[in-house]
Amino acid sequence: MQTLNFQQLLRYQDQLIDGTLHTLLLTLVAALIGTAIGVAGAAAVRSGPRPVRWAIRGYVELIRNTPSLIQLFVVFFVLPGFGLRMGAFEAAAIALGLYFGAYCTEIVRAGLDAIPGSQVEAGQCLGLTRWQVFRHVVLPPALRSVYPAFTSQFVLLLLGTSLASQISAEELFHTGGFIETRTYRSFEVYAVICGIYFALVMTFKLLFAAVGHLAFRWPVRR
Amino acid sequence: MALVDIKNVTKSYGSIEVLKGVSLSIDEGEIVTIIGKSGSGKSTLLRCINALERIDGGEITVEGQSVRTDMPNLRGFRQRVGIVFQAFNLFPHLTVERNITLAPVLNKRIAKAEGRALALDVLARVGLADKIDAYPAQLSGGQQQRVAIARCLAMGPHLMLFDEVTSALDPELVGEVLKVMEDMARQGMTMVLVTHEMGFARNVASKIVFMHQGRVWEEGPPADLFANPRTPELRSFIASAR
Amino acid sequence: MRSFSLADFLSLLSALQWTGVLVLIALAFGAPLALGLALMRTSARRALRWTATAFLQLVQGVPLLGLLMFFYFGMPVFLGVEMPPLVAVGIAMTVYTASFLGEIWRGGIEAVKHEQWEAAACLGLSTWHQFRYVIAPQAFRMALPPTVGFLVQLIKGTSLASIVGFVELARAGQLVSAATFQPLLVYSIVAAIYFAACLPLTLWARSLEARLNGAR
Repeated sequence: MQTLNFQQLLRYQDQLIDGTLHTLLLTLVAALIGTAIGVAGAAAVRSGPRPVRWAIRGYVELIRNTPSLIQLFVVFFVLPGFGLRMGAFEAAAIALGLYFGAYCTEIVRAGLDAIPGSQVEAGQCLGLTRWQVFRHVVLPPALRSVYPAFTSQFVLLLLGTSLASQISAEELFHTGGFIETRTYRSFEVYAVICGIYFALVMTFKLLFAAVGHLAFRWPVRR
Repeated sequence: MALVDIKNVTKSYGSIEVLKGVSLSIDEGEIVTIIGKSGSGKSTLLRCINALERIDGGEITVEGQSVRTDMPNLRGFRQRVGIVFQAFNLFPHLTVERNITLAPVLNKRIAKAEGRALALDVLARVGLADKIDAYPAQLSGGQQQRVAIARCLAMGPHLMLFDEVTSALDPELVGEVLKVMEDMARQGMTMVLVTHEMGFARNVASKIVFMHQGRVWEEGPPADLFANPRTPELRSFIASAR
Repeated sequence: MRSFSLADFLSLLSALQWTGVLVLIALAFGAPLALGLALMRTSARRALRWTATAFLQLVQGVPLLGLLMFFYFGMPVFLGVEMPPLVAVGIAMTVYTASFLGEIWRGGIEAVKHEQWEAAACLGLSTWHQFRYVIAPQAFRMALPPTVGFLVQLIKGTSLASIVGFVELARAGQLVSAATFQPLLVYSIVAAIYFAACLPLTLWARSLEARLNGAR
């Protein structure tokens, strides 16, 4: 049995921190792009003209039924074809944003569907405007109903950013590859990398739980 | 002039005609109870009065103003005509106080303290002042329905519509809601109810309207109508309701 | 350099077999583990629940890519012998499948009303028989749609095996792309093949779910 040696990795502390920050950045940018797509997509699927609805359904199905790895490759190789020259990191952000957007569209749509029409009606009967009904009657319960699905999808996105290493975007997993080629301590490197991902995931889970606890205080009847 | 004037109203869902030329007039201070089998068009008629449903033909006027789903100042109109639903439709994420003050705060821009006073006032009228800080999920069905009534009252409506408001309640909770409605009737509120509570119809209503197959089949004061039904349909309805 | 030909397309299709092999391995070994995890998670014994929860949190808190690397490089460390990529990939996919299916099946078990256990217990059934004949059939109905949905995740997940050099569909795509210098065309075709494999499952899962909701 080989002996484990984590000592050598200590020298690469700075790279590991840098990789972690890039992973966080990639996750947040992709989440922002994806959330914007999700909100717009869900609104369009509910009340857009028919061709738009079909286009969005097609996009959602295409993304959900193909591997993210292939999506990354396609975006990475397609964009230059349109004259868009960009780095691997930007391409990864776009690909992962498109990926997250497809899932978000479904999540937001389900959240809006979860609010019964009678709630909207009750709001109208109090003389509220369309915007007031949306803002005060529909939105808070809808946010609560999408929150669990959204946050777990966010965690999957965070883990999924590791794929960006395969188009050599410089994030945490890519950093792992870099250290591996310097130290030949493959197992130790990836064990540490996994540990960092695990710590990030746990941090976000706790954060989401705390935020959810503060934001959604009203009791629900079972 | 009548407060509500319904003239020859027709309404269809697809190929099914639910209202086949309904006419009815309701004066200020009247308590009108609409009875009839399910599917007779009672609830639809009520929803048309509040412009929740578009009518296909005829006309409805409330306080002289023609009711349309695209009428000018629909929101102002809705504040004058309150409606209470079978399923309460309280907002689950808001406290009782916020449920009641949401519309006044947003639309009439009343101050917070004033809002609380308003909420306390209308809650006192339904006997629930102590529940002002509760959330809907913490209340019984009967209490939720009374809050829904209070939420309506807070708009200062000239007319209130009740759409089978006791049908979703456990039998032991029906009484408390009916009592609130009786009090309101005594204070002179104009009310139109769709209900299966024959006792309430008999004792509180000033006029009974029996609907059948999308038409007003018979109407009149309760004593008359229940004692001498003229049509076999009403006779069998009364017999089955007993 | 050569251009993309029918032979390339056929080599992509035949690589799909290995994707299928990975899925079957993951299911064959992962499903029994998943059942065990689901039972542990719904067990009355705290120690069992916590062990299963810790395992699930750990596996689902790490990228699938990380799991692959962990077992790929970890095998020699743990066992002192080199393993073919298929073994390492198989173990990683098995662990991944067990954790996700375990959670889905736990949800199914918990969706069955508690009174059903009590009613079965009142008939004098053993705990296992309560589960086997009363709870499991009902839980199966509830858990089937998300289980089919997970198959799609699994098929997509096998694409990561390409990274440790295992030649399945995604890796075959990389090889053909490198040989023909037509990455856009090749990856579009690879995506189309995955899509053709996954979409029927997605649609099936959706119709199962609609039927389930309709029945309630």
